[in-house]
Amino acid sequence: MRLNEKLYTLSTIVENKPGVLFRTANMFRRRGFNIESISVGTIEQDGLSRMTITVYADEDTAEQIIKQLSKLIDVIKVNVLDETDIVKRELALIKIQIQDSRSLTELTNYCNIFRNRIIDVSPDSMIVEVTGTPDKVDAFVQLVQGYGIREMARTGITALQRGSKK
Amino acid sequence: MVKMSGSQALVQGLWSEGVRAIFGIPGGQIMPVYDALYDSEIRHILARHEQCAAHMADGYARASGHPGVCMATSGPGATNLVTGIATAYADSSPIVAITGQVAKPFIGKDAFQECDTIGIVTPITKYTLQPMEPNEIPEAIKKAFLIASTGRPGPVLIDIPRDVQTGVSDISIPDKVEIRGYKPHIKPHPLQIERAADLLLNADKPIIWSGGGVIIANAAPQLRAIAELLLAPVVTSLIGKGSFPENHPLSLGPIGMHGRPEANKMVCETDCLLAVGVRFSDRSTGRFDEFCQDASIIHIDIDPAELGKNKKPNLPIVADVGIALNELLAAIKRKLAKREETAWSKRVEEVKEQFQNGSFGESKGYQPQIVEKIREILPSNGILTTEVGKNQMWGELYYKVIEPRTWITSTGLGTMGFGFPAAVGAKVAKPDVPVVDLAGDGSFRMTENSLAVCVDEHIPVTVVILNNSSLGMVEQWQRLFHDKRYSAVKLSGSPDFVKLAEAYGAQGFRAQSIDEFGKVFKEAIKSEVATVIDCPVASEEDVFPFVPPGRGLKDVLYGAEGV
Repeated sequence: MRLNEKLYTLSTIVENKPGVLFRTANMFRRRGFNIESISVGTIEQDGLSRMTITVYADEDTAEQIIKQLSKLIDVIKVNVLDETDIVKRELALIKIQIQDSRSLTELTNYCNIFRNRIIDVSPDSMIVEVTGTPDKVDAFVQLVQGYGIREMARTGITALQRGSKK
Repeated sequence: MVKMSGSQALVQGLWSEGVRAIFGIPGGQIMPVYDALYDSEIRHILARHEQCAAHMADGYARASGHPGVCMATSGPGATNLVTGIATAYADSSPIVAITGQVAKPFIGKDAFQECDTIGIVTPITKYTLQPMEPNEIPEAIKKAFLIASTGRPGPVLIDIPRDVQTGVSDISIPDKVEIRGYKPHIKPHPLQIERAADLLLNADKPIIWSGGGVIIANAAPQLRAIAELLLAPVVTSLIGKGSFPENHPLSLGPIGMHGRPEANKMVCETDCLLAVGVRFSDRSTGRFDEFCQDASIIHIDIDPAELGKNKKPNLPIVADVGIALNELLAAIKRKLAKREETAWSKRVEEVKEQFQNGSFGESKGYQPQIVEKIREILPSNGILTTEVGKNQMWGELYYKVIEPRTWITSTGLGTMGFGFPAAVGAKVAKPDVPVVDLAGDGSFRMTENSLAVCVDEHIPVTVVILNNSSLGMVEQWQRLFHDKRYSAVKLSGSPDFVKLAEAYGAQGFRAQSIDEFGKVFKEAIKSEVATVIDCPVASEEDVFPFVPPGRGLKDVLYGAEGV
């Protein structure tokens, strides 16, 4: 993140059909914008999807990104979520190495404190599901780094505005 | 509902969109469509390279204001269209490209002549469509024409797998289509219009910068009325030439790297710039930070993304340029009945006179004389296309465009080889008007095979070649900025263009002097066959005035001494 840049969460409603993700992602590449995270899934209305895109940008660049996104024909609507009034979640699956029974106990305790779920355990590793804000995921990752992370998969952020605002 | 094939549906759909001419080349995966065209009244013009087909469709669109259609087969046919599509995209020209694709079961299998056409053209199209069932074709066509021709126009490509062309189905052609993500913003905000009127009325030195958007919106009359009421001079972008008559007392001509010096000068002095249908291209503005730095800028454009993209306006107005100018004119009229001569309008006259009498040391060589001779002879509705390079810049400087849609040139992408096939397309759109391509020898050789099309299809356009046996503009830059290290610019292997024209069955002339040129040019534009006029010129003759790259518009050079 550079000076003047801040995080924007763009909740973008798009047509759910082939090529839309390509066209959208390509616009970012073509104009030299960087996607921090992107997650895509269907919404309550048939035929539409929500792309939750986060970017670090200064105000002018963010304005350009929003305008260029809105210009795409398969993009129905772009909402810039108000960061002070937002529900934001990310899911991570983390495969952590278990060296001995002490580390197993410690990791189990950490998972309890973070309210994570242990999904799978084998003699020398466990898979932990972390759901929460990106900060929480980052904090947990940092905490268990010393044990050895074998593999990790993060979904990227998905988000909604709180309350009645749409 | 009628039972028909996808191809028949396509041809019927095109006909009902008003398509009467298609530029294209057949091939394996588009053959079913060509079979359906056999029974159609739509004129097919067989290009000799798909790039030319796309440029022809583009020239047709720019001359007529209606979408031009080009067609090609899959694979190499489609990839050959790419330069033409990118050219149309950069200049917001409405073309609809139709490509054949391998049959559905072969897609993704690296079949013969298969390529990812949609993947390739996505960044250079406004939209793409790929109907996967015959009955999806009519809606795809309707969408394509709607998207290509409304809002900020641009190219749309329809990629049709071969089995979708041959498949038979119950098909109906819809009257209307709804695209939920596509609602071009047409009407300006009334308060913004009031503000714009106030800014312009309170300015001491207002100037109007008119671009291609004014031509696209057919808004030249409104623009002229505003200029005349405010006594505001008008400058244009390169593509905006013709949006305001360049023989009008308030016309200063185009601004930019090779703009008219009076236009560049006055735009540096203004305190209020009304920018209409322009995109603040670096070739027009010079350095963004120096451009109109002391002026308030009003920017009207239909594309919201253009407002603030390169230069932040004080007053952005998103709207159809025609509607916005109508409302702006009405708002100004409510506050001003007539304006008498102002200090600014006197200044405009004075500067104009100073530059147009050539008192800045401009020497007019053979090339500018040819350009002025073309203007002198061509009627005001005659169409001039250009190639890219010195020919285009001499056209920019010395060819006074009077009417909209009579100046057709590749500005955004700067495509050499565009002018000739674009002239062919323009002539198909306007058969009763003389159409001339102002060319260089380098550009002409890139698409000269269109001569075969001219002869075959009886499309008599005139090509004027400023033949300097060189890639002249590159040579000029090497002379000025690369210490005269002439690298790969000499085109010594060209054929005799007179004989080349004759070999195609066209007409060829050579003009060694301006009198000779005038004589053969008069003959050429009345001729029933296409004509090439070869004008041997010196490659040392450079284009000045010139604002060097990376500089502001005040830094105009009138010769090599200033570099």
